[in-house]
Amino acid sequence: MSLATMFKRNSLLDERSTWITSVVLIVGMLAVVVLHALPPDHAWHLNGSVVSLLGKYLTYMLLALAVDLIWGYLGILSLGHGAFFALGGYAMGLYLTAQQAPLAPWQAVMAHFPVAALAVILAPGLLALIFGWLAFRSRVTGVYFSIITQALTFALMLAFNRNEMAMGGSTGLTRFDELLGFALAGEGMTVALFVASGVAVLLAFWGCKAVTRSRLGRVCMATRDAEARVRFIGYRVEHVKLAVFVLSAMIAGIAGALYVPQVGIINPSTFAPLFSIEVVVWVALGGRATLYGALLGALVVNYLKTVLTGVMPDAWLFLLGGLFVVVTMFLPQGVAGLMAHLRRRREVTA
Amino acid sequence: MSMMDSQRMQRLREFARPDRVFDFMAPADSPVDVRHGPILYLEDVSVSFDGFKAIDDLNLTIDDGELRCIIGPNGAGKTTMMDIITGKTRPDRGQAWFGSRHNLLQMDEPQIANLGIGRKFQKPTVFEALSVSANLELAMAGDRRVWKTFLARLDHEGRERIDEVMETIGLSGERDRLAGVLSHGQKQWLEIGMLLMQRPRLLLVDEPVAGMTEPEMHRTAELMTRLAGQQSVVVVEHDMGFVRSIARTVTVLHQGSVLAEGSMDEVANDPRVIDVYLGGDESSDVREGT
Repeated sequence: MSLATMFKRNSLLDERSTWITSVVLIVGMLAVVVLHALPPDHAWHLNGSVVSLLGKYLTYMLLALAVDLIWGYLGILSLGHGAFFALGGYAMGLYLTAQQAPLAPWQAVMAHFPVAALAVILAPGLLALIFGWLAFRSRVTGVYFSIITQALTFALMLAFNRNEMAMGGSTGLTRFDELLGFALAGEGMTVALFVASGVAVLLAFWGCKAVTRSRLGRVCMATRDAEARVRFIGYRVEHVKLAVFVLSAMIAGIAGALYVPQVGIINPSTFAPLFSIEVVVWVALGGRATLYGALLGALVVNYLKTVLTGVMPDAWLFLLGGLFVVVTMFLPQGVAGLMAHLRRRREVTA
Repeated sequence: MSMMDSQRMQRLREFARPDRVFDFMAPADSPVDVRHGPILYLEDVSVSFDGFKAIDDLNLTIDDGELRCIIGPNGAGKTTMMDIITGKTRPDRGQAWFGSRHNLLQMDEPQIANLGIGRKFQKPTVFEALSVSANLELAMAGDRRVWKTFLARLDHEGRERIDEVMETIGLSGERDRLAGVLSHGQKQWLEIGMLLMQRPRLLLVDEPVAGMTEPEMHRTAELMTRLAGQQSVVVVEHDMGFVRSIARTVTVLHQGSVLAEGSMDEVANDPRVIDVYLGGDESSDVREGT
């Protein structure tokens, strides 16, 4: 089946927001690449560190997408998605360190890229499968689920802090040299990683759209709003939850794997509960259950964070908390909801 | 001790039944067998919550195609009974069979639903964020496995079936509206429509006219009568006027077991029934309350 007919059959591009988001992502990505290619003395030249920063934002956007898929559409609030992100990151980190000197003998196997790539997807996927199977089978929902996801990521943080794990302890994995035989330090690699992240975001966005627009996506929304009803019309709610949760964890893992070579380090602080909560704030601010809202939220909040932590580092946490309060109280649908509201108003008055 | 023994004996007898030798070979999704009698058969079902006997030695049989009304004061065990039939609650004792082949006590909610028992809740429960037609589409009988659901597309036949059901429940004009903006009565009908999409053999309907206006109630009565015959319908209802308008056989539940059974007139004149329900002040309270 060609890509074009797949799009038509899934009617992926019939929604305006999907269209706009795809175009903005592609144009934005091309613009960054072109601006970077300008001569260094040109006024519009983007230097490598900015491209790398934008690449990091892209991986955060990918993570936000994963969270929105389960929180927005399935109503499962995971406050531990950083764990899946970090696992993907560690898998990539092990690959990168194994290029020179693996920290433990078993890690030598991670020097093969296909193995590492598989681990990036399978490690978070397997954790989500086991954790989700136990939680959903026991019908753990709502705030209880959120709390145990926090416990999960916290437990992993403590585990990865220990030196016996041979994961670099509290320093984590760092001092990476090369990826697929190319030096990580080069400008070309920076652009390549940026583009890879952008493509990953685009593909994941389309993939998530395909899920949410399918009948399965409607079953998800139905589960979010009236779980018992879904059970009584014959769907295995726990299977639906598990499948989407695992998919979401895998996307988060890929995000982590793309993040690590761009920032040059992965350490247990990525498992910190606070980071996972921050991700939820991005999605809440951008707007749940729209997917593009999550992308927007992750970009905006992280840009603000970069700017503010540079200007007045102490203010950032207050702003983050404040944002959360404001969004919860005044913008329950986030920025995406606000935009939709304004558009409807304009259509009514026009 | 003796109860344990008799239970064990019963299990043994069940195991050694000559007419059920190859039961274990029958696929779980084999069609419902009603050749030998009722579609629903409850025997000596009991369940208690923290010592409170919600259902106490309940016996009930529903024939294929029957329309049965179940009444009873609050706490008589009507909702618990539905919970047991649909697999939400496991009884402490007793048997529940769907047709003569399917033991309901060995199945969970989705299995029972796919077998052909549809349930309507007391409070109208529809998927508010989805359109009327999407609500019906989700309920449509079909393969419910995750991957198949992801790949599923609405075909011509399915579209016709949705149109047909929308016609039946009188929501043809509301196809693309979100279920959340429908009126209370329309939501009740949509939920009944969703049950119809499942093509159930047995419909369990919990208080279908609660909160409905008089004309809406008449339409619902019409709908219920039309449904019976094609499928068996069990209606739990507080509203006596409504029960009188549709009932052929009425079962009165009291303290978790059957108090009386018969036509509406027989039941209404039964002194025991009058005592616990119809004659008391409660019936009028209940009627006003719903």
